[in-house]
Amino acid sequence: MHALSVSGLSKIYANGVQALKGIDLDVEEGDFFALLGPNGAGKTTLIGIVTSLVNKSAGRVAVFGHDIDAELGLAKRCIGVVPQEINFNQFESCETIVVNQAGFYGIERREARRRAEKYLRLLQLWEKRRTMSRALSGGMKRRLMIARALMHEPRLLILDEPTAGVDIENRRAMWEFLRRINASGTSIILTTHYLEEAESLCRNIAIIDGGRIIERDRMANLLRRLHTETFVLNTRQPLAVAPALAGHVVRLVDEHTFEVELTKEQSLNEIFARLSALGIEVLSMRNKVNRLEELFMRLVRPMHGDAGAGGQAA
Amino acid sequence: MNDLVTRSGDRRQVRMATIRRVGFQTILIREFGRIVRIWSQTVLPSAVTAILYFVIFGSLIGRRIGPMDGFDYMQYIAPGLIMMAVITNSYANVVGSFFGAKFGGYVEELLVSPLPDWVIVLGYVGGGVIRGLLVGGMVTVVSLFFTRLQVEHPLVILAAVLLTALVFSLGGFINAVFAQSFDQVNWIPTFILTPLTYFGGVFYSISLLPGWAQTLSHANPVLHMVNAFRYGFLGVSDVEVWRAFAIMLAFVVVLYAVAVALMTRGTGLRQ
Repeated sequence: MHALSVSGLSKIYANGVQALKGIDLDVEEGDFFALLGPNGAGKTTLIGIVTSLVNKSAGRVAVFGHDIDAELGLAKRCIGVVPQEINFNQFESCETIVVNQAGFYGIERREARRRAEKYLRLLQLWEKRRTMSRALSGGMKRRLMIARALMHEPRLLILDEPTAGVDIENRRAMWEFLRRINASGTSIILTTHYLEEAESLCRNIAIIDGGRIIERDRMANLLRRLHTETFVLNTRQPLAVAPALAGHVVRLVDEHTFEVELTKEQSLNEIFARLSALGIEVLSMRNKVNRLEELFMRLVRPMHGDAGAGGQAA
Repeated sequence: MNDLVTRSGDRRQVRMATIRRVGFQTILIREFGRIVRIWSQTVLPSAVTAILYFVIFGSLIGRRIGPMDGFDYMQYIAPGLIMMAVITNSYANVVGSFFGAKFGGYVEELLVSPLPDWVIVLGYVGGGVIRGLLVGGMVTVVSLFFTRLQVEHPLVILAAVLLTALVFSLGGFINAVFAQSFDQVNWIPTFILTPLTYFGGVFYSISLLPGWAQTLSHANPVLHMVNAFRYGFLGVSDVEVWRAFAIMLAFVVVLYAVAVALMTRGTGLRQ
């Protein structure tokens, strides 16, 4: 069964902007699915329609077979959503927020309190249960939104940039938590700025741009299509010019660093052999950007000529 | 791993009827919690205002006014002051709470939930009614320190106060749906609600007014509410009580239908 099935979905806002142009998308039950795209691509509009925060202009959306036009309540019952913006009452305690949220999904008070303890503990917020939510740190607020979304134990969890502004340690812990949630059978749809996050967590991916899906594939398949990778090499000796490596694009970054591009057919051994022959000793090496980021930039760059090669995708 | 979340296949889906019942209760609990949490803004001001009214209009000026419709002036204005507190508080509670939820973004907690729109409206309106009755009860207690309140028709009192609280809670909800700023939250209470209340027979009998002003006063729904309520206490009214109840009922039905329709359309809430 599809956790989410979208067909012919369009959205034209009141100001005439067409945010979605006939989207077709299926997400399998149990999947960990990445939905990526640059700013204004239509990701949040798509999520907004699925969660009924945005009214669609045309098309069909079904969640676990429940059409949102015919069975909206049943469809919403299956969804847990972690929005991009912090959106809880800043004057309520963490426990009150999650217990009330469970109530909106029909979970009786006693059971809601039991689940509140469970999820606040799992997300390391139990000690803060009586703290006003406004007093939490940024990372804690993000974790509280995840706890809130899990209170009714949804079959489909939608996370809209859940780790934005979260430090790397907390982000990694959150990844591990989401992996475990997914392993227990919860389907997950993730949008993120951090492509490393999508590459690390997701099995399937769709890239949306200009209101259309421009790529939809298994993550592994998509990455396999990446023909070149860029490596950054640090040298012991200072370099005045980039080393001459015929057949490769080479750029000097500074006197101890240069970048070299490799196609799938070329090997690193050959590069190292030629550098040794030139008397250049390599001290360290790393990927310039992660693979998905490289691919993402190539897919969306034709339409966004000004898109830089920075670390953020959306 | 099993203790993390209930595995997908083992999850029991909650019935929609349970969702509606528990969801409604939860909104009421949340609204009551808000009223209690900010009691100095929600409950206290009306009690203080009522004391001031009784001291100034009742004790100081009232003695010179003399009896009104055969009753001591303080006794005459007491039901109107109680009703004024009910009107102000039921309206303020819903407009403040729902607009706050909109402004803070946490109205989305409800919008993404499976709760039908009519349950969300009922929940917020229920919160307004609770505050209206709570504050109305408090002003009643305050009034007992200043005057003797007789009760002629208790059921009329209950029905009038409940319907009035419903009308103004629904009005507050609709105001909050349309409001885009805090200015727009305050505009209707200041420029419409307060004049209607002051000209709604709280402090005087409209029989004191010239004919044209009496006719005009009948177009003011607050006049009918205050008089139906006063009739319950004192057995006197400037309007026909059955007509007052018909007006209140009509307002409840129409405003509720409008509130639910606005929610369903997503006016001011969904893009």
